Amino acid sequence: MLRMNWRFVFLFAGLVLVQVLILNNMMLGGYANPQLYILFVLILPVNVPGWLLLASSFVLGLILDAFSDSMAIHAAATVFMAFCRPAMIRFVTGNTVMQGQEVPSFSVFGGFSLILYALALILLHHAVLFFLEIFHFAEFVQTLSRIVISAGLTLVFTIIGFALLERSFSN
Amino acid sequence: MRNLFRFIQRYHFFFLFLVFGTVAMALTASYQSDHRAFFIHSANAVSGKIYQAFDDVTAYLSLKQVNRQLLNDNTRLLNRQRENFVITDTDVFISADSIFQRRFSYMHARVINNSVTRRDNYLTLNKGLNHGVAPDMGVIAANGVVGIVRNVSANFSVAMSVLHSDMLVSVKIKKNDHIGSLHWEGNNYREAHMTYIPPHVELAMGDTIVTSGYSVVFPENILIGTIKDWEIRRGETFFTATIDLALDLNKISYAYIVKNLMQDEQKELELSVTSDI
Repeated sequence: MLRMNWRFVFLFAGLVLVQVLILNNMMLGGYANPQLYILFVLILPVNVPGWLLLASSFVLGLILDAFSDSMAIHAAATVFMAFCRPAMIRFVTGNTVMQGQEVPSFSVFGGFSLILYALALILLHHAVLFFLEIFHFAEFVQTLSRIVISAGLTLVFTIIGFALLERSFSN
Repeated sequence: MRNLFRFIQRYHFFFLFLVFGTVAMALTASYQSDHRAFFIHSANAVSGKIYQAFDDVTAYLSLKQVNRQLLNDNTRLLNRQRENFVITDTDVFISADSIFQRRFSYMHARVINNSVTRRDNYLTLNKGLNHGVAPDMGVIAANGVVGIVRNVSANFSVAMSVLHSDMLVSVKIKKNDHIGSLHWEGNNYREAHMTYIPPHVELAMGDTIVTSGYSVVFPENILIGTIKDWEIRRGETFFTATIDLALDLNKISYAYIVKNLMQDEQKELELSVTSDI
């Protein structure tokens, strides 16, 4: 696993560019942005080492922060999401013993489990992100609606992403 | 000691999460305490260059609209030229040069990154230290206030947009000069709210709101928008008016950076009064 896997390096760079150059300029429903870049954290192989998972999430988040002038809130949200990922994988796959090389995908997880897995982690990520953005709990209902709407958008983009990458990332 | 190492090794995932999470939170908190010392922003060399390169390409898509906007600006400015007016009574008013000391100077900048969808929005401009931009300068467009410069690098600067929770602009109602302050409550980026209007003030739909000139950042009489609606909110004694912003911040591609040449002087003077008390 530790051998450099160029597919993931390209995916990392590609997602950053798509996110900051295209998706951050998109405005859907007035104030919601899809955060497609977290697809990178979702799609890492099941047995990715913990330190690599957390470190790459931190760097990914920090790069997004540098591009969108958002302090370090993307980094915090992405690291939190990465931390919850192993538990979420165990939960949706029902402790099925996997070989570990697999990349989360429709064929490995099954459609329902994959969507559940993605949606749960997206919601956790967005909750941290949006509450850190306003830095207090005022405007609670408004923030909640932003979380739900943005999470829905992100989920749609993420599922499309999974479908497009299904072939090139299956081992 | 061995046990401690084994303990850390066993739960290294959790400890690593704590480390990364703490660093991210500490970075975020350090921004709150001193945003000028903060180093992760889009005015830095890499992200600035990437935005610039992307903007060079996409700028072509909005050329038509930008041209029309520039044409409008030019026409408006031409109409203001002194040559357009005939001075009929020269005996009444003689101006000595020293009366007209320049207070504000302007430079134009291209907006190379912008957002309106977040709760706190920022713009990146392609002018920086090399062009004389400094923090706390105002940013305006032909038909409205855009924001205030916060971070500056050699060639770029990042401005806090009007659509930011920390942004307060001192404004007034043009017809009767009553002042209030403008802030954005999130949601709709075409609307902001003007607060602290005394309840005896007569308001009407469509009243024009302009900057008051009381701040050290913006000149007086820059258009903000028009009153759409107003109410006295529960628990308050002042009117809060909903303002339709004249400027569509989502469409902005050029802006003017305003330098107040007497900003430091005014600030120092005002500070010396409050510190004397």
